[in-house]
Amino acid sequence: MSKVKIRAEVVSCKEIAEEIFDLVIKAEEIAKEAVCGQFVSLYTRDSATLLPRPISLCGIDKEKGTLRLVYRVVGKGTKEFSGLSEGYYIDVLGPLGNGFELNSERPVIMGGGIGIPPMLRLTKEFSEKGIKKEDISVILGYRDEAFLADEFSEYATVYLTSDSGKIGLKGNVLDAVKEYKISGDMIYACGPTPMLRAIKNYAEENNVKAQISLEERMACGIGACLACVCDSKDIDDHSKVKNKRICKDGPVFYAEEVEI
Amino acid sequence: MNTKVNIAGVELKNPVTVASGTFGSGMEYSEFVDLNLLGAVTTKGVANIPWAGNPAPRIAETHGGMMNAIGLQNPGIDTFCERDIPFLKTKDTKIIVNVCGKSTEDYIEVVEKLADCPVDLLEINVSCPNVKEGGIAFGQDPKALYNITQAIKARAKQPVIMKLSPNVTDITVMAKAAEAAGADAISLINTLTGMKIDIKKRCFAVANKTAGVSGPAIKPIAVRMVYQASHAVKIPVIGMGGIMCADDAIEFIMAGATAVAVGTANFHNPYVTAEIIKGIEAYMQENNVEDINSLIGCVD
Repeated sequence: MSKVKIRAEVVSCKEIAEEIFDLVIKAEEIAKEAVCGQFVSLYTRDSATLLPRPISLCGIDKEKGTLRLVYRVVGKGTKEFSGLSEGYYIDVLGPLGNGFELNSERPVIMGGGIGIPPMLRLTKEFSEKGIKKEDISVILGYRDEAFLADEFSEYATVYLTSDSGKIGLKGNVLDAVKEYKISGDMIYACGPTPMLRAIKNYAEENNVKAQISLEERMACGIGACLACVCDSKDIDDHSKVKNKRICKDGPVFYAEEVEI
Repeated sequence: MNTKVNIAGVELKNPVTVASGTFGSGMEYSEFVDLNLLGAVTTKGVANIPWAGNPAPRIAETHGGMMNAIGLQNPGIDTFCERDIPFLKTKDTKIIVNVCGKSTEDYIEVVEKLADCPVDLLEINVSCPNVKEGGIAFGQDPKALYNITQAIKARAKQPVIMKLSPNVTDITVMAKAAEAAGADAISLINTLTGMKIDIKKRCFAVANKTAGVSGPAIKPIAVRMVYQASHAVKIPVIGMGGIMCADDAIEFIMAGATAVAVGTANFHNPYVTAEIIKGIEAYMQENNVEDINSLIGCVD
């Protein structure tokens, strides 16, 4: 029984950039099982919003039994979560999904927008594996306000980009790859679909493997309802058709496995 | 205290099953719920061949519910027989297999393949609003419903439950057509056809444009239809539509349902089916109800 739904105590919740919140919850049973790249589902208090909200794991503290969830306020559910504070409780289901494979010696880690948070835990784990800061490249793409960037700098060589040019290079994460001649043996990416599509193409053209973390609206979060599917290149062993469940078979896929 | 109910000669240890499509074949939910507790597991619709389903986004949240247009994605009957039935046979619960198709021949092919399989009941989906062919086309015309029911009954070895659509003018006409054609039971309601528009993106919230609405927001409609249908026919009715807790389940039973199915609530709380079974028992104890059957249609 690895997945559980529990009522978790809020340790802290603060706004770290406009509409970006940093929530830490005590969820020992989930934290002890969780791996980087997985996610949890958060439930609202409002009975009019029934479906859980999938949120990626930005941090996992197995000693303290806490999870760190950094999310953007995009709708009713996340708006409600932004009002949480220390001592509140929230229902949470997890850990969900598969997670990243840490099979790289020179990772190039790319995060775009609210796809940045899960990459922090990944970067930290590469560092803990003993990979030197100069061998871990992190490229972060923002709209026009940075968040979490300083924390990445502890473990990796960090490059910043933004749409507006206010932060780092004006452009996207792949513009940074070209501009700074960044290379490695595996790309890890999470972010908006157009970014992931461009990274998938880049990886194919440059013959480098990429692990990308996808997102889709979810209902059950555990692989039963088939709401959150993506197209797959080949017939999937479970579905027997060309699609995969993002919540269960993903959210992390090798870029060549999926059509996005 | 007796919680057993009988659907077409099949005894369920309690009246609680799940709504097709919300629970897969039970594998994923077995991490949360002991499937041995359930009266029956109703599986996701299965067709003669694998179906890829609709493009994403396939769901959207609505006030007090959700809408879906999965499009009956399924791995096909052969995989289902090899993988899902053996899994369910390890559990002490009844198996209701939901069958879908695009044509009468499709349904028949699945029903015939299931004839020698150890499943207890067949539920025929003639009410899915999210596929272009088959599905609801059979469930909105009493003559078409009669014909397909009769064709399936002629081939099926297990008792047949016809799952009805609420997207009709008069549910009693459909219930009577199914009964007249030999259906052993009916189940209702499937989802109500709805639409949601994303005003920020100026597009449909679900790629299929229309989608089936479910959840507690539709429960009063479902209770009304279960009441009407169960009073129009003598065959048992399996009631569903927005059941979130034991009280909701009891409401359906009092309206006339012999058994109830829990759907959207599974997404809100993966433990909910077991909680509802406990809740029904608690209600019976508190109210000195010796036999659950005494509650069926008791509000007359």
